[in-house]
Amino acid sequence: MADKIFTAPEMLRMSDPTGFCPGCGHGTAGRLQFEVLDEMGLLEDSITVYDVACDSLYMWAIDTDCVGVAHGRAIAAACGVKRTRPNNPVCAYVGDGATYSIGIQHTIWAAARNENITVIVINNGVFGMTGGQMAPTTLLGQKTITTPAGRSREMNGQPLDVVKLFTGMDIAYLARGSLDSVASINKTKKYIRKAFEKQMNGEGLSFVEILSPCPTNWGLSPQDSLKRIREVVEDVYPLGEFIERGVK
Amino acid sequence: MADNQVIMKGNEAMAEAAIRSGCRLFSGYPITPQTEILEYMAWRMPEVGGTIVQTEDELCGIYMLFGASAAGARTLSTSAGPGYSLFQEGISYLVGSDLPAVLVDVTRIGNALGDISQSQGDYELVTKGNGHGDTMVPVFTPNSVQEIVDDTVMAYDMSEKYKHPVILLYDAAIGQMMEGVTLPDMHEHDINKYDWSVKGIKKGEHGRKITNVSYFCEDMYVGYEKYLRDKYAQITENEQRWESIGVEDAEVVTIAYGISSRVCKEAVLHAREQGIKLGLIRPKMVVPFPVKAFDEIGPNCKGLMVVEMSIKGQMVNDVALASRCKYPIYGYLTSYEVPESDKVIEIAKDILAGNAKEVF
Repeated sequence: MADKIFTAPEMLRMSDPTGFCPGCGHGTAGRLQFEVLDEMGLLEDSITVYDVACDSLYMWAIDTDCVGVAHGRAIAAACGVKRTRPNNPVCAYVGDGATYSIGIQHTIWAAARNENITVIVINNGVFGMTGGQMAPTTLLGQKTITTPAGRSREMNGQPLDVVKLFTGMDIAYLARGSLDSVASINKTKKYIRKAFEKQMNGEGLSFVEILSPCPTNWGLSPQDSLKRIREVVEDVYPLGEFIERGVK
Repeated sequence: MADNQVIMKGNEAMAEAAIRSGCRLFSGYPITPQTEILEYMAWRMPEVGGTIVQTEDELCGIYMLFGASAAGARTLSTSAGPGYSLFQEGISYLVGSDLPAVLVDVTRIGNALGDISQSQGDYELVTKGNGHGDTMVPVFTPNSVQEIVDDTVMAYDMSEKYKHPVILLYDAAIGQMMEGVTLPDMHEHDINKYDWSVKGIKKGEHGRKITNVSYFCEDMYVGYEKYLRDKYAQITENEQRWESIGVEDAEVVTIAYGISSRVCKEAVLHAREQGIKLGLIRPKMVVPFPVKAFDEIGPNCKGLMVVEMSIKGQMVNDVALASRCKYPIYGYLTSYEVPESDKVIEIAKDILAGNAKEVF
């Protein structure tokens, strides 16, 4: 008899398949969110807001309350949920395309208003669901379907880095984690836990970006995708905790 | 009830009626001529413990409203013309997700920036627009401050009855005028009133998913087609609201809503003093369009006259369909000018003399 070494959170019942591609980071990132909520005893009370992208596939795998809105509008809707139900943990679980391009005004203003929600952004450098087009986070030189010669600053503008974007913002928490290794995953989980703790303390916006692999659209194997995050992506988007209220 | 009898501006009365209907989240952006609603909410909402957010744009306005409605609150977002255009995506999402909400378009004049004066040029946007897909959203068209208040109260109940957004459409003249009004008593809305709203689950319960309702219908869009068609049929059957004056014996029937309808009411009175049998059908709601009102038209009718502050004559097609093209349709169509009752009578005379040109 083998020992059971892993149990998925109760509400992550996977009653339906998620539809995530093999090697996709969403499976790990979303699980971390649910593990943290479970460990904090907040799972039943939690309300997660998704938009339109691969993140929304979670709606069919989780068994907690959730809301789905248009591409880029999850943060705005999450603010409405939280302001109506301030005692429930509210999370916008979203992609980099929505958060830093079509919905960037809501991202910036959720920070400016220090909305008391948690935002988890999956940064995989592409628009995954629509087939791997350039995202705001696509690296310079990176080839995608809409940057066939590689992203150029002249043609496509420079990549957006949320850490720079939030410089000077008086929010509760900003961290960037990665899924490239077990050590990184464990660290990312700590960031997510801290984010929810800050929300439950009423400190305001807690924002965790997660560097995540998209093997399908990167044209790499799952292993090589993790290697790319480690060797290339983390150079451009450094990991760590960048804003923490009350901590110098 | 003397406390409830006040003189108020239309827009401010709208805001107060929303508060008294239990609205506890307002999210919106300034734009003339509806900004008084936002301004009023800015001091009034905190008094009742609600949330008011001056949002970064109308998109945040409608999606913050979406989230609050999903969480069970009574909500409001309001705009005008150019800002209302930005609501379109969100309205479609509210419809597709079966969420109640009340929205307001205080119409201003013109395409593009236009200007801030009164007009009725948003009729098609508000009645036929409402974003992508098969959307149909009930639209109230109040023509007085009192009616703004009464319609607001009804709109909240209607939006929850059908789990559907409901819109108030009124022109700047109605929004800006001050009139005596009787306000309703304060009503507290319980955010846990409905099981469908997200609130967190109890042990053993399944999570709620507020998203496209079609996902949960039998065979998805096969089931959704019937579901939505039935909902729209019920709204169309149950919610036609109108006021008729002198329609049974009228030789010419005017059709008008909002500020134009007040002019037509005066015209009917004066025309009848002159022996001209003028009538009025005033849609109190333009979605569903009051088709039943046209059954009341008597055998004397020689023609219909749409009186509307629209260059195109945006209500003309609805009138043609509602009357099943049984009568010639004429128009008194303006843009920034509020129609005049004397001119209504003049055109009626031309119609009866065979000198008027049809518009449809």
